[in-house]
This record gives sequence, structure tokens and C-alpha cells, in this order.
Amino acid sequence: MSRMSRMSRIRVLVGTRKGAFVLSADGKRNHWEISGPHFPGWEIYHLKGSPVDPNRLYASQSSGWFGQQIQRSEDGGQTWAPVGNKFVYDGVPGTHQWYDGTPHPWEFARVWHLEPSLTDPDTVYAGVEDAGLFRSGDGGQTWSELSGLRGHATGSSWQPGAGGLCLHTIVQDPSDARRLFVAISAAGAFRSDDAGLTWRPINRGLKSDYIPDPTAEVGHCVHHMAMHPARPKVLFMQKHWDVMRSDDGGENWREVSGNLPTDFGFPIDVHAHEPDTIFVVPIKSDTEHFPPEGKLRVYRSRSGGDEWEPLTQGLPQRDCYVNVLRDAMAVDALDPCGIYFGTTGGQVYASADGGERWAPIVRDLPAVVSVEVQTLP
Amino acid sequence: MIRVVLPAPLRVLAWIEGEALLPVPEPVTLRGVLGALEARYPALLGTLRDQVSQRRRPMIRFFACEEDWSHQSPDAPLPLSVARGDEPLLIVGAIAGG
Repeated sequence: MSRMSRMSRIRVLVGTRKGAFVLSADGKRNHWEISGPHFPGWEIYHLKGSPVDPNRLYASQSSGWFGQQIQRSEDGGQTWAPVGNKFVYDGVPGTHQWYDGTPHPWEFARVWHLEPSLTDPDTVYAGVEDAGLFRSGDGGQTWSELSGLRGHATGSSWQPGAGGLCLHTIVQDPSDARRLFVAISAAGAFRSDDAGLTWRPINRGLKSDYIPDPTAEVGHCVHHMAMHPARPKVLFMQKHWDVMRSDDGGENWREVSGNLPTDFGFPIDVHAHEPDTIFVVPIKSDTEHFPPEGKLRVYRSRSGGDEWEPLTQGLPQRDCYVNVLRDAMAVDALDPCGIYFGTTGGQVYASADGGERWAPIVRDLPAVVSVEVQTLP
Repeated sequence: MIRVVLPAPLRVLAWIEGEALLPVPEPVTLRGVLGALEARYPALLGTLRDQVSQRRRPMIRFFACEEDWSHQSPDAPLPLSVARGDEPLLIVGAIAGG
């Protein structure tokens, strides 16, 4: 990731339960302009910009009443227009397992995550609930399922997590355009080496005591995965308990939870310039889903896991009972690297110095679902 | 012209001010009105009914002349006063919550 100058601008894209917000600042990251709410009243699960054309943004807008919309902006989020929202599973969809173990038809519910291509602004991937991967090659106007994933031999055995059977993480390998990674709750991690045509589970080394066979090929509740673009064989994972690391493109995983106060959490991200520096937000579970001891702490490892240090300066250290959801953490490409995360209490916190000191950019948004960051020239 | 009143979020989505006014061929049915509405305002595709099955979304209701048409056949003729434009077809987001 290039170290852009402090003359750069930062744009933070925030999806919330009741609309989208665009937060902007110069490279000093001191003073922020807040734009929004865009799509007020609608759930915005995710919005993300094209790495090739940063003013091209995609947003997932949904509602329990009115269903799914995909919005596209050509001017960095100032104006938006709806594009295609027809997500139809390929062929006869069949069934997956329901919570009670009975077969349940695959039903499209919403788009959890939009991942624009690294090379083409018109190509974008959508991870959806019930778990499937769709691709658009025309800027979101039309969508086709990459059905080799859902059609994997294990597909009929996948069961939803508490949030639904959702495909929430899509990672592209910048060194190999044919390699894609996805994660599904609660099926696990999968990899394609042929641009999404065929897939295989990559869960060796994961151990989940909440399933009948803790080391099964599928059934693991992966919460999020992250990769540093300069080291695409190394993956980090926050699982429903356990922080994991793979050094071989997901073939094998090992636990790196180390001294974390709890190894449960949702987001995980990698420093822009230090591939072995990673960030998580430990959360108490199984039922609480708020920070231990009421202290909101980001934990940083500079050794790629195992050894962790709490980052607390500027974060509430008493009476804090928010959550940080899986897509609600991101980093910028400046030097020093900026780290950003949003909470279910509506705060978006930022650190402009690699995590040492934190301050809220904004405090009172609706519950934050996702945070993405663009570093603009 | 058929008059259609939409929920506020859909008026914003489709850039509709006030009522939508639509020419709909006779006999005027729910299917005909929805087809005309979606053709004029493509942003509404999928918001009222599934794009493949054409089934009404669960939390959408259709009211006409103080009657609930949500469970009627989409091919049943709507009331004459709606077909004449005297009364609007009301499309309502179901009340949900506490």
C-alpha cells in the first residue's frame, strides 16, 4: 500500500441502521465534514468505493418493507442513483439447513457486502443472505450468481448464524485476479482459484466447540477476514471465538489469540504499512456482545498475533456497552496509518497515529454497521 | 389516469412528488397498475413485489375505496372509482413495531 502524503484527503464511508454518512477530512485528519444521512431511514449494510475510480461508490440499501436496492455514485457520494437490484439464484436453488436442522429453501434477503474489483470500476461482487456470491460486470445494473460456491457439495448442510446465513466477507488477491476468498456465517471460509467458478472450504485448523465435530470441514462461524495487499498469502481471521492466522492462503490456520482478554469479536484489520500489525476489538460473549468491563479497547498486535496490547487513549474506559460489527473497521493509507471503527452506539472513532490516540469523528449516528475508508490523492 | 399514493420512502427513492398518475389499459387491475408503475419508475422494481414470482412483499398492503385489496387476485378488476381516477390506489407499508 503506497504511503500517500498528508496532502491527501480521507473519505470515510459509514453505513448505519438508518442511512449512510460520508465523513471527509484533509490529511491531518483533525477536522471532519459530515455529509448525510443519505437514504434516511433505510438500512445501509455496506458502501465501498472502487479502487480504480474512487468517486465510483456502491451502496447496499435495504428495508424490511421494500427489500433491496443497490445505489451507485459517480461523484464520491454527493449524488446517487439506483442500479440493478435483481438477485436471482442460479438454477433451482435447493435448500440449506434451517436453525432446527430441517431443509430450508434458499431465499434472498439482502446484500451484506459489496466489493468493487481491484482493476475494473464496473465489476463489483456482492455477498448476500442467504449466503451466495453475485457479480456484476456493468456497474451494478445486472447481477449473476457465482453459483459454484453455493453449489459446493457441503452447501445443503450450511446453517445460519444468529444474524442469518450471510456471506459477509469478500477478499481479492491483488497478485492473482483469479483468487477470491469469502467467509460465511456459519459455514466458514472458502477460496476460489478460478475467478469464482469453483470453490473449496479452507477451514483446516479452525476449532469450533459449538458444532458436533469441532474440526469439521464446514460449519464454523467466521466473523471476518483481512489481508495485507503486499502479502496475500497471509490471512487473518476473527472467528466466533479465536483469532486465527494462515500463512498459506488459507490452507492451514493457527490460533493467535494469545493474551487477548476475550478472543471473541467481529472486525479484524491490518495496518496499511506493517503487514504484521493487526487490530481487533475484543467483545464479551456469548450473549452480552459488549466490551469486557465496560471498557472499549482496540487491541493491537505488532507480531501478527499471539502478543497483544490494549489501545485505550481517547476511548471510553467505563460504562461503555456498545458493539463493533464485523465490517465496521478500516484503515487509511497515510503515514502514519489511520484506523477507524464505528459502534452500535453511533460513534465513529479514528486514530491518526496507528492506534495510539483515539477521538470520535462523530458521536451520535444511528447504529453503525460498516465503515470503509478511501485515501484520495 | 390512475392515481397511486406511495409510501414516503418510495416516493423519495423514485423521485415522485405527490401522487403518481399513470395511464393503465382496461380492465384496470392491480397487476396492470403495478406494471405501469414499475415501467414509469424502474427504481420501484422489487420494492412492492418480487421481480420473479411477482408475489406481493409481505409488508406491503394495497387499499382501495376503504377496502384491503392485498389478498385479492392481482387480476381482479379494481373498483370503478379507482379505474376512473376518482379515488387513488393506496400502497401502504404495513405498520410494524411497538
